[in-house]
This record gives sequence, structure tokens and C-alpha cells, in this order.
Amino acid sequence: MNIFIVIPAYNEQKRIGQVLKDLSALPYKIVVVDDASSDDTYQLACSYPVDVLRHRINRDQGAALQTGNEYALSQGADIIVHFDADGQFLAQEIKEVIKPIVEENYDIVFGSRFLGKKSELPFFKEKIIFPLARIFNRVFLGIKLSDPQSGFRAMTRTTAQNIIIEQDGKAHCNEIMVKAHENKLKIKEVPITVIYHEFGQGLSGAFKILKDLLFSKIIK
Amino acid sequence: MIYLQILVTIFIVFALSKLFFQKQKNKISWTALLFWSFLWLVVLIVFWEPEITSYLANILGIGRGADLVLYLSVILIFYLLFRIFVRLNRIESDITKLVRSDALKNVRKR
Repeated sequence: MNIFIVIPAYNEQKRIGQVLKDLSALPYKIVVVDDASSDDTYQLACSYPVDVLRHRINRDQGAALQTGNEYALSQGADIIVHFDADGQFLAQEIKEVIKPIVEENYDIVFGSRFLGKKSELPFFKEKIIFPLARIFNRVFLGIKLSDPQSGFRAMTRTTAQNIIIEQDGKAHCNEIMVKAHENKLKIKEVPITVIYHEFGQGLSGAFKILKDLLFSKIIK
Repeated sequence: MIYLQILVTIFIVFALSKLFFQKQKNKISWTALLFWSFLWLVVLIVFWEPEITSYLANILGIGRGADLVLYLSVILIFYLLFRIFVRLNRIESDITKLVRSDALKNVRKR
């Protein structure tokens, strides 16, 4: 079975080395999409046994994931896993995320920080941003998942062919969940561990996601 | 008032001539030329015959002519802003497609 790990990377020279080192030990094909980093992310990625694609202009995470998906599909991927370049996910948990696809015929699996495994979240995120995001997802998008912004997910080949990521920015998380629901896919959430290095997107990031989602509704 | 009217007229003549030159160089479409010419002519008429707006305002049930002009301007500006947003969004997604096809052509294989 052809399992591809797609890793979008933007200015991750500090952490991507360790991530690729951990992943290289596992029996997966790895695709790094460098999103026009201004540091040495690209060169670093090239020094590992992985396929490296490069955006010449920064197009943001959603765009990089779609590029990675299209490449993986062209290489005959059966399962595509989205994984972060900053070391916040654990490589050994990939097998748990793809397990429901391999063994139980699920179409798409989302990793969730809120299902048992211990993740140390920043207080503000855990108590304010995520509950609000969950309510937003439930009320406006009809999504009932415990982790509103999960970046660790696995999908089958057919799913990747059907879900075209059009949100170039961070709103791709919500977009993928919405499209999975719309396509009536078999969806599962599995517990994952998330290690926080820094505060990530914060409140302004949340507002940008809202803006992107609302705007895409208006112009469609 | 007459000074202002003359100034506005000069400006509109300038704007219209600019439009025609752009059309000659094929930089704008016929629709754009007609739309903007019409708009500037309306502005010209309104400045020389302000009573027209009061007349129209009364028909529409708005108190003053100046208010009507203001309302219409705001609606127009919002509409144009929206058009620009939509256009910008399309350009953004086109850029992404270009960047993506370039990336897919230049893969560094393991």
C-alpha cells in the first residue's frame, strides 16, 4: 500500500530536520512542499530521502497541501497523510491515524487533541478560541468534530480526488471538514498528541479564518 | 458656486479624455468606457443643474437632493469595492494554480 506523508513547510529550518529524520525511519513516502521559505527549509529538506516540491511564491498552507495532494496522487498514492513541519505531531502516531482507513474502510480520519491523549494547550486556545471555533463549526458549518482545527489527517485516494482544497490559507481545515460532510464520507476522529512550541495563529489568525470562510460563501 | 462648477467641468473633461485615450490604446473595454463616461456625465449634469437631484429625491421620497446623491454614491462605491474583491480573489487563486503547476513540474526526487 502506497502511503504518502504530505508536509507543507514555510520557514521551518529549525524543526523540519528532526521531523524528516523521525519520518525517514518509517515505511512511508514523504513529500515536502516548501512554500517559498526565505530560510534554508528547502535545502534542508533536500538533504533527506524525500521528494521536495517548491512554491516559487508563498501561497499559504492550504495551497501547499493541495499541491502535495496532487503530487501524491500523480505518484499513485493510496493513502495521503497531512503532517506538520514544525514538529507538533508525533511520527509514530501516523499508524494510528491511518488505521481506521486500512482496517475499517473509513474515507477520512482527523487527528484530535481532545480525545484522551494529553496535549498541553495554551490556556487561551483551550478555553476560549477552540470552544468558540467548535460552536462556529457546529452552528454554521454543521460539523460535529471535537478538534476544530486539526492539521493531522489521513485520507484515501478517492477522498483526495474529491476534496479539492480551494482555501489557500488556514481555513482549509474547516473546508476539508465541510467537504467531507457534504460528500457524506465515512469520517473518524482519533486521539493524537500535539506538542506546542509557540502560540501559533492566535486570535488574529482565527479572525482571518472566519473572514476567508465568510467571503468564500459570499462570492460563490 | 460657478467657480466650483468650472473646476469640476475641467476635471471631468480631463477624466473623459483620459478614458477615450485608454480606449484608443485598447486598455479598457467598451462596457467600461460607456459606464465611466455615463457616470462622469451624470456628475457634470448634477453640478450644473443641482435641482434635478431634488426632483428625483422627491420622487423617491428622500428629503434633499444632496442626500440622494450621497446614498447613490455610497451604494456605487460598495458595489465597486465588492467587484474588486471578487476580481482580486480570482487573481489570487489563478496565481496559486500557476505556482502549483510550476512546483509539480520541478520536483526534486529523493
